[in-house]
Amino acid sequence: MTAADAMFLALAATAVIGAAGVAFSRHILYSALSLMVALFGVAGLFVTLSADFVAGVQVLIYVGGVLVITLFAVMLTQGIQNVEVSNRAVGSVAAGLLTAGLFVVLLRAMSSAQWVKPPADVPTQTSTYGIGNALLGQYVLPFEVASLVLLAVLVGAVVLTRKETAE
Amino acid sequence: MSMTTVGLAHYLVVSVVLLCLGLYCVLTRRNAIGVLMGIELILNSAGINFVAVSRYGSAGFDGQVFAVFIIMLAAAESAIGLAVVLGIYRRMRAIDTSRLTTLQG
Repeated sequence: MTAADAMFLALAATAVIGAAGVAFSRHILYSALSLMVALFGVAGLFVTLSADFVAGVQVLIYVGGVLVITLFAVMLTQGIQNVEVSNRAVGSVAAGLLTAGLFVVLLRAMSSAQWVKPPADVPTQTSTYGIGNALLGQYVLPFEVASLVLLAVLVGAVVLTRKETAE
Repeated sequence: MSMTTVGLAHYLVVSVVLLCLGLYCVLTRRNAIGVLMGIELILNSAGINFVAVSRYGSAGFDGQVFAVFIIMLAAAESAIGLAVVLGIYRRMRAIDTSRLTTLQG
């Protein structure tokens, strides 16, 4: 087992354990913190895939942004005292069966698929330059639409959370 | 492919596990914020797929660009989703999805 394999295993275990914590934790705050572990694990997996820019974006936006507002929402919507009871899970048997079935089906599909043979040695290149070129070249329209989406989100979030004024 | 070195299949398995855990989270959680966390897991598993296939399939940055778009949309989704959750909480004093039955016929 090479060092790269060991690193992959460690990062994959981090991501999966974090995700399991999100799914099974009885405490919504622990779920949020497990989500952080899972997101860091996924960022590490991006690094092992030589996608350093995506990993940086993942840490900046997910861990720095999404997770913080998730924690804010947790804190704002319930007292800390009754947090334990607030992460109720129902229908776990049916959901577990459904999820396990999906898992088996996906693994079957994966093992029977005809995958493209990977090139023997993929050259690793710095990704920021290539992604920047792609975003402003081939993907410039989706990029601009994304900025429009973000503007709509900004305005929408302000409208949704402001205090309602009397009619 | 040999099982001794890490390849595309390993990443896809991790992605499938994350997808299933996220789906389980969405299905069982009755806290709306917990449901949103499950959605984040599902979006992350899609991102792993894009980046892994782009790494082992063809050289190029298409998959990574898509992963960046996914992360951007996930941030937008969670901002709006949490704003909606906060609005619901202010109006109904609950975010338990089984108690939010105003629209039930």
